This record gives sequence, C-alpha cells and structure tokens, in this order.
Amino acid sequence: MAERGSGPVRVEEVVSPGGVRAYLASERSVPFLSLELSFRAGAVFDPAEKAGLAHLCAGLLDEGAGPYDSQAFQRELEDNAIKLTCEADHDELRIRLKTLTATREHAFELLRLALTEPRFDPEPIERIRGQVLADLRRRESDPGYVAGRAWYARAFDGHGYGRPIRGTPETIARIRREDLVALVAERLAREDLAIGVAGDVGAEELAGLLDRTFAGLPARANRPPVEPVTPALGDTLVLPMPIPQSVVTFGRPGVRPSDPDYHAATIANYVLGGGGFASRLMEEVRERRGLAYSVYTYLADMALAPLWLGGVATSNERVAQSIELVRVEVAKLAREAPSEREIADAKTYLTGSFPLRLSTNDQLARMLLGMMVHGLGRDYLERRNGLVWAVGREDLERVCRRLYAGELLVTVAGRPEGLPG
Amino acid sequence: MSDIGLIPITGAVPTAMFNPTTFTLANGMRVVVVTNRRAPVVAHYVWYRVGCADSPAGKSGLPHFLEHLMFKGTRRVPPGEFSKIVARNGGNDNAFTSYDYTAYFQMIAKDRLDLVMGLEADRMADLDLSDEHVYPERDVILEERKQRVDNEPQALLAEAIQAAQFLHHPYRLPIIGWLHEIASYTREDAVAFYERWYSPSNAILIAVGDIDAEELAPLAERHYGGLPARPVPERRRVQEPPQYAARRIELADPKVRQPSLVRSYLAPNQRPEDHREAAALEVLFELLGEGATSRLYRSLVVEQGLAAAAGAGYQPWSLDPTAARIYASPRPGVPLERLEPALDAEIAELLDGGVGEDELERCKRRMIAESIYARDSLGGVARILGMALCTGLDLDAVEAWPQRIAAVEKAEVEAAARAVLVPAHSVTGRLLPVEASGDG
Repeated sequence: MAERGSGPVRVEEVVSPGGVRAYLASERSVPFLSLELSFRAGAVFDPAEKAGLAHLCAGLLDEGAGPYDSQAFQRELEDNAIKLTCEADHDELRIRLKTLTATREHAFELLRLALTEPRFDPEPIERIRGQVLADLRRRESDPGYVAGRAWYARAFDGHGYGRPIRGTPETIARIRREDLVALVAERLAREDLAIGVAGDVGAEELAGLLDRTFAGLPARANRPPVEPVTPALGDTLVLPMPIPQSVVTFGRPGVRPSDPDYHAATIANYVLGGGGFASRLMEEVRERRGLAYSVYTYLADMALAPLWLGGVATSNERVAQSIELVRVEVAKLAREAPSEREIADAKTYLTGSFPLRLSTNDQLARMLLGMMVHGLGRDYLERRNGLVWAVGREDLERVCRRLYAGELLVTVAGRPEGLPG
Repeated sequence: MSDIGLIPITGAVPTAMFNPTTFTLANGMRVVVVTNRRAPVVAHYVWYRVGCADSPAGKSGLPHFLEHLMFKGTRRVPPGEFSKIVARNGGNDNAFTSYDYTAYFQMIAKDRLDLVMGLEADRMADLDLSDEHVYPERDVILEERKQRVDNEPQALLAEAIQAAQFLHHPYRLPIIGWLHEIASYTREDAVAFYERWYSPSNAILIAVGDIDAEELAPLAERHYGGLPARPVPERRRVQEPPQYAARRIELADPKVRQPSLVRSYLAPNQRPEDHREAAALEVLFELLGEGATSRLYRSLVVEQGLAAAAGAGYQPWSLDPTAARIYASPRPGVPLERLEPALDAEIAELLDGGVGEDELERCKRRMIAESIYARDSLGGVARILGMALCTGLDLDAVEAWPQRIAAVEKAEVEAAARAVLVPAHSVTGRLLPVEASGDG
C-alpha cells in the first residue's frame, strides 16, 4: 500500500469550466473514489396530498435511464462493481456513487443518465411503490419509527416537516409518473447542487467529469416556497403498542452547523447525551440504575428548524423514571454550564476524534459535502479543531440556556406505566 | 454516449487482500498488523477465541455479559472509567460478541496507541468485579434483549428459526441469551468464565492503520508480553446429528403488518483443509440472492411481481457448520401461500437447470472487484482478519479469497447447491399478522 504523510487531509475546491463546484480530497492509495452529492429537493417540497414523492423518486433514479431499462441499468452497475444509491430526507435528495478507477467514466455516465434521463417505466414505478408500502407496514411495528414519526408530526403540525418522508399509503397511491418527471425537471438544478469527492482522482480529471455529468441539469430550480418553523413543545404523547419496552423520542430546537454557537452546542450535547459512556445521561440512566441499554442525544441539521433530539428505551414499568431523569439533567444543564473538567474532556474528545471521522473515502466525501451544504468553507477541516478549542465558559453558559431552558416534546411508543398521557 | 458495452473491470485477479504481517508473543498471543498510512490513526482490536456457542450450560449469553463487564474496572482503572479515558484521549471504543468470538476495539490517534494497549492488557489479566457493578449491568442486558429481540416480532422469529435449525449444536442459542437465563447470571458465573477463557494464549491482537510490525512489536511485547499464559480448554462443542425432518415455524403477532418468509438451510463452514465447497457456496448465494439482478430478485420481485424484497446470504467463516438463508417479503396483497411456491420453484430451477457460464463469470468478477472497497476501512480490515482467525482459519484464507473465488467452477456450484438446498435440512419461518393465524 502506498505510504503517505500523516498530515491533515488536503481539500481542493474544484470548479469545472462549466461552473460545477465540488470539494475534493484526492487520495491515491486505493484505486477507487467515493462521491456524495445533494440537491435541495427533499420531502419538505412534496405536495401534502403526494407526501412521499421525493422518497419514491429517489428509489426510482437507479431503476432505468437513457438506453437502459431497469434490469439493464442494474446490470451495468453490478457488472462494473459500481455502487449508486439515492435517498431523500426532509431537506435533500442525496446520491452516493462509488466506483473503481477502471470504471470511473462509465460510473459518471450512469449517474448523468440517472439525473437527466430517468425512464420511470411502469414496471419499476409499481415495484418500488410496492416496496415503499411494504416498508411502511414493517415500520408500523417498529416502536422507534412510531415514536420518531409522532415527534415530527406533533412538533411540525401543518408544516412540511410534519409530514412523513415516506408518505402514507394514501398519498403514495396518488403519485403518478408525471409527478416524478416534474420533480426531476424542477428540483434537480445546479444552483444548489453540492458535491464532495474523495479518493483516486485528480482535480483536473474531476473537473472534466463534473462538466460531462452535470452540465445538462437546469441552472435554476423551481420549488414551492418553504418557511422556517419552530417545533411545538411541552407535550408528552403516548403511542400505545403491545411491547414490553417503551421507546422514547425527546427533543427541542437545536443549533445549525453554520451558527457561531455550533461548536459550543456540540460540547454541551456531548456532556449531556452525545458522548456515550462519557455523558451524564448514560451515567444516570444506564450506569447507575441499569434502566436502559442506550440513551443518546444529537444535533440534527434540519435546514428550516435545527433540532436537538434524543432517545431512550426502558421497560414499560420503569420508563417514567428514565424520562424524569432526562428532564432533570436537561434542567440542570440549563441552570448551570458543564464543569471545567467536563468542558476540557469534551474538547479533547471532539478534537482528538476528528481524524477518526475522516479515515475512509465514504466518510470524507460525506464530510466534504456537508461543508459545502452548510457553507463552512474549503478550509474547514483545518479550522475546525481551533473553533472547538476557542469555545469559552461564557459561550457554554449562553448555549446551555439557549438549548436547554424550556420544555421538551416527548413521544413514547409502548405501554408505559405512570405517564400522564 | 448511448451505446456503452460491458467494460472489463480489472485485469488479473489480485493475489492478496491486505498484506498482513504476523508474529506471536512468547505467551502465545497472536499479533497481526496491516499498515495503512492515510490518516494518523490506528484501529486496535483484541479478539478472544470464545463466543456464545461456548456458554456454560444453563447460562446462555454469558460470554456477552462478560463483554459488558470488561468495562467495569480493574484495580488500576475504576469502574466505568475505561471508555471515559479512551474518550478523553480522542478515541472511540466498543466491543461485540458473536457465536465464535468476543472482540474489543479502540479507534485512536497513533500517539495514544500506547495508552489504550496498556488499558486493554490491564483488563485481560486483572478484571475486578464487585456485586454493585455486576447486577445493574445484568439489568442493562435485560433491557438490551428487550430492545433488540422482545420488542421486535421479526427478531423473535429469527431466534426461533435458529433454535430449530440446530437440533443440538449450541448455535441454537441466542447470542444475547434466553431471558430467564440472563436473569440467573451471578458474579461467580462471570468470574469463572473470565478465568477460563481470558488468557493471552487465547487472544489475538490486530492493529490496522498508521503503524507497521516494527513499531508495534515493542509495544505488544511491553503491554501483553508479560501476561502469564494459562491453559485454555479446546473448543469442542456438541455437534449436529443428521437432520431428517424439514421444520416449519410460524409467528403470528398483532404488531405484524408486513409478513415475511425465511428459509434457513444447514450449510458447511469453511475449513482449513477444504476451501472449495465454501467458495462455491459463496458464489451460489451471491448469484441466487445478492443484488437487483440476482435470480431471486429478478424472478420474484421484478418478473413475477410477487415480492417487495428477496435475497439470500451465506457467511462461511464459522467454527462449526453453519446456516445459509433465503428470504422474501411479499408485495402488499400477495399471500405467503403464493410467494413460497414461487420461491421453491426458483430453487428447483437452480437444482434442475444448473447455473449459466456467463452468469457465473459475471458474479465472480463482481465479487472480486468489490473486494477492493474492503481495503478502505481500518476497522473493517481488522474485523475481516479477526473473524477468520477466530473461526479456525488463518490469514491465507483471507489473502487468497479473490483467487479462491476465481477458481470456482460451474460443476462445484451445482454440486454445492444439491448438497445444501435439501428440504430435510431446512427450517421455513413465516412472520404473519395475527388475523392470518386463524385463532385471532
């Protein structure tokens, strides 16, 4: 294996002659590359009566394009060991491409076809629709999905974020081929295309590939307007399910990656519930009391309403105690910032572990994409640890009040005992 | 560019996967190193050749319980501090247990490797268990079982299929253990198990990343070399008798909305003396059920439109004979009574008609090409090597994998299919909504 220096990852901004931008981390040691891209084309832009459109569309982009019908397209991918996956979340439609160097040109050509000439033949539309329906039915018996879905539905009632990304059986049944064609024509545009690439490719080669692949996309998107929104808080909702253990989702507004308070929020979240065994919630809920196998929290980058979310699962008879412990710890952090020791430990973890998150092409491509989506700049990898070290006690006091002073929204799937529902 | 032909992926079949270096310490501890300098990071794994198929009678899952207790402290490291120390040094750590192995790992900056090796060696020899830490952890395991199994009808069915597939061999036990046996674990059970199995002579160190054997050897010697070896019993599990009866299992539950079908077959493991049958089976299950152009997906999902999903899987790295699986999930409105005969017809077609030369070559070429991706993940490389070494194989089983797949012949795949896809060796599991069971 080729040896390389142990310095920080070098990131280039590649701008093709046609104006397509990507962040690139060139890494020649293994002969393949990973690419991840996103469009602002997610479920939030779906019409209410056709919720699930972006998700269904993502499932169909690799199901036939240009001269290839579905099986022929899949055969091109599989025979060439090319991995192409598409998915939609609330905000974005994301595509991941992984290809060996030997098949690179062909891989980008298949990606171009998927984005610009998807066929949407009747057979794959009905097949993928059937898969989405089967998946939804399976999720109905998944308490984690039920609790999470209920959280978003209550927090964002009346807003696009409150609708299920995957739709409902009724809305999925209404989606027709014209809707899929329109989504591709109107939402997949170059204006908000963001791309991260890591692996065996140079800047010049990539620039050529970018133009050949993306030049055919429209310059501007035509999307319905969407409004920023604040989650509704305060309720504790119970979703009855006949299971021995209750699964809980809880959350509040968070902080977005481009916010000056983001790194302080990352530290606060690490101390409370983001740090595994190093976090207060794990200590109180699992280590001291054996109430749960896992309890965790994280910052979710929702473009219109950044969130701080968490989860815990505890036997029905004891779950009320777990939820109370979460409330107590949240309130405590709202009153008083973490100790100096906790802040120092969080900083050494967050800075020391940063290179661990950049050790594969897939991870790097995803990180570079995130940097572009959130406008963090080409030099973010170099600056990031300095930003964490620079967070002061007063920043944390401010951010802890901002994040944790106030009510939670809590949803519980199961048969919890002793919960006011 | 509308007429692109098939592109040859690569030329020669690779003769190596990861180029590991290996040596053994005087106390019998095996060490394996794979160098990858792309980031100043090392994946440090310690594997023990013991897993849940080695559970003491009546204590199913005890090896997994011990995995949890290994984080509970030693005379030097206070309870619960292990992971906190790793985190304070910018590392991630965790552990996992399967039937044939238990493994502990840290991902850490290279300049902190010395520290985590010291911690790992310390708990190999000096675990200090007290009641106030053992018993709350037993509650954690009970919650883990509820989360992973008892809350999920699909997982309960999988557990029942596994128990039915193996009539006698301990692979019939759930890795996490039966609920009532978890509740019976004592501190003494854990200590006895630890003393029996956690010896350096039963351990394997695997380091992958910004390090080579020359740098690792003195560290391994310093931290692990001084630990005294204890004799460790040979792993001799009771073996399966011949199986004569096809088994059918059904789980009907009011929570189930989406039915599914699983067919499990007893299947040979890869053995050092015979790599060929396992390689043929890997290819067989790949062309049968991996990806959108596989036989099962193409027929059941695309052409007949009966299934939403269909596929197959076989993992040959197992200390004893194992199980291979085929699964399908119906499209809404299609009863399992229609799906299962269609699945059986595909199997019959394979047994009667054999496999095509072109189909076989495409499949083998893809498997070999995709193996290049496995080189990218430090932890992934450590896991592949550790699994092989804990299931009775050596490093050549990993390094020669592309060559073994390339050598698989059509007649071998067909013979493997006839040997394995035998109804008398099978379990058919059906997950159903409660209405369909007929008893409400």
